[in-house]
Amino acid sequence: MSDHVPRTVLDSLNLGLHQAMHDDPDVVLLGEDLLDPYGGAFKVARGLSSAFPKQVLTTPISEAGITGIAGGMALRGLRPVVEIMFGDFTTLIADQVINHLAKFNGMYHGQAQAPVVIRTPMGGRRGYGPTHSQTLEKYFLGVPGLTVLAPFNLLGEDPLGAPGQLLCEAILRGDSPALFVEHKLQYLLKLHATQELAEYSVSVHHMGVQFDRPFYALRLKSAPAAQITLAAYGYMAQLALDALHQLAYEDEIFCELLVPTQLAPFELAPLFEAVARTGRLLTIEEGTFSLGWGAEVLARTAETLGSGLRTAGRLAAREGVIPVAPNLEAESLPGTADIIRRVREMV
Amino acid sequence: MDHNAQLYRGLLAIRRFETLLMAQFKTGIFPGTTHTSLGQEANAVGVLTHLAEDDVVVSNHRCHGHFLAYGGNPQALFAELMGKPSGVCGGVGGSQHLHWRNFYSSGVQGGTVAMAAGMALAEKRAGRGAIVIDFMGDGTLGEGIVYECLNMISLWQLPILLVLENNQIAQTTPASLAVAGSIQQRFAAFGIQTVELDSSDVLEILPLAGDLIRQVRSQREPRALIVTTARLGSHSKGDDTRSPRELERLWQARDPLTIQAGRLSEDTRKAVEADVEAAIQGAFAAALAAEGGMR
Ligand SMILES: Cc1ncc(C[n+]2csc(CCOP(=O)(O)OP(=O)(O)O)c2C)c(N)n1
Ligand SMILES: [Mg+2]
Repeated sequence: MSDHVPRTVLDSLNLGLHQAMHDDPDVVLLGEDLLDPYGGAFKVARGLSSAFPKQVLTTPISEAGITGIAGGMALRGLRPVVEIMFGDFTTLIADQVINHLAKFNGMYHGQAQAPVVIRTPMGGRRGYGPTHSQTLEKYFLGVPGLTVLAPFNLLGEDPLGAPGQLLCEAILRGDSPALFVEHKLQYLLKLHATQELAEYSVSVHHMGVQFDRPFYALRLKSAPAAQITLAAYGYMAQLALDALHQLAYEDEIFCELLVPTQLAPFELAPLFEAVARTGRLLTIEEGTFSLGWGAEVLARTAETLGSGLRTAGRLAAREGVIPVAPNLEAESLPGTADIIRRVREMV
Repeated sequence: MDHNAQLYRGLLAIRRFETLLMAQFKTGIFPGTTHTSLGQEANAVGVLTHLAEDDVVVSNHRCHGHFLAYGGNPQALFAELMGKPSGVCGGVGGSQHLHWRNFYSSGVQGGTVAMAAGMALAEKRAGRGAIVIDFMGDGTLGEGIVYECLNMISLWQLPILLVLENNQIAQTTPASLAVAGSIQQRFAAFGIQTVELDSSDVLEILPLAGDLIRQVRSQREPRALIVTTARLGSHSKGDDTRSPRELERLWQARDPLTIQAGRLSEDTRKAVEADVEAAIQGAFAAALAAEGGMR
């Protein structure tokens, strides 16, 4: 493919899609407004319809229909990728995902597979308001047969960059349907190259069988032992990293940040190891508070570590609509300052 | 065996399978519930007789007839309904979730149309010449995803025959309380050529389905067949709210078995019946003897 080095998460995801389509002509992308020069509402699909005209299908505004159709395509051997323009609209595909795609393998007794990757941008902070800013992946966590993935903005070893590599591998090698959760602001984030992370020690736990879903652990290199474990994914992982940095330099509070790229099924061994050392865990997510990702992570950590988990906290979005007005929107979503405040309280 | 006897055999195999199933349900060997195709056997046989090796069939909750007409093994289906490892899907899928070779069924109304459309898209890309046949009911016309898919099936000219089995009832709700306007025009509005037939006679369904399947195969574009038919059994195990008189009238006028039996000599009919009886009883006994299940 190209020798273009991805700079942002958007670049990396776009390269990942190019690579997947190049490697396997059975990869077909379906979604709304995908054709060049537009290339999808957030431009993740830019260039694809020109480079692979037979592998990009721009569709009517029919989220449930295209997701169900992708399921049928996958049952007959294709590797479809569905773009849902805004994550808010995953409510429209819930029946297709839960009662169809995620069921086929089990209900047909392992005699059929539906490896569909459904990509969608979640998240707010762009003033899109109540129905275009939500973080809804929690409703898809714990669906048997469904994998939920979220990339982290590292460059990594692969020329595609870590987000593109995760996407490409999920498309080419996944054997079950997957919801691939992107974030509108994450698109613009720079991919951290190793030299930029020189201050940090980054360990990567390799999870997953058919393809790698890295679980990252980051801490400041010269710092004393971490006092608290932060757990976050996707865009919130970047905010947590910013908080970790400030807490070290301004408060001399030392954190370790754990970042899974596979949200479901829950496989949290690296997190348990980390919390076993710190005894404190704060989960951070952009979805609403009740019954979220953090609730499950904390429950599992408590079950595993017992009294080894001394202090626990969750940070999440306020339970209400997400306003358009920038000041009100910022109040409703957890930010770096909120993370710092919570950590100070907990340590 | 002559053509008429062969068709009768196909119809009767489904009928005997399901009457035996209903009779045995009371003994407690079958978990859950089931939907029979009593009265609609001629749709399954009339349409699926035309299948080619690689064609794909997608069916719904009322799928036993389609499965058997596709060539599915009655012993494996009995075992599936008994929840046994030797069943079509190891006892996991049960009555409405079957998959064998290119046959798929599922129990969520409407979603199967999307599955079928996706499969037709895959077949179109593969260029192997296979087509998809999708069975659906009139009540399923209430689901929005059906119209999303009719739109895309037509836009993308997918090789699919949509067979709408219009028994004019959905569970207990008559079509008069659920379906407005014209069914034919719903397909036509999307530019899908559609043929209507009011018949329970396999000899009428067979040639029409044959024509449509040939058109789908050669033109590589969708067609729809709306068959007005009659559900002679209850929706599932015993939930019929129609009056005995109404049912009696339907049995008199619309039983595909009676219609087709009338075309056979008594000797031929008896020979076919003995043959089917032995096959279905044998399948049942073998499924019952296999390990697993409720007892
Ligand atoms: C989405 C959904 N809603 C409700 C049901 C329950 N249900 C099963 S079959 C059925 C009636 C279907 O009627 P129709 O499509 O006409 O098919 P028929 O039973 O007449 O063959 C209903 C309501 C279901 N399986 N799926
Ligand atoms: Mg009906």
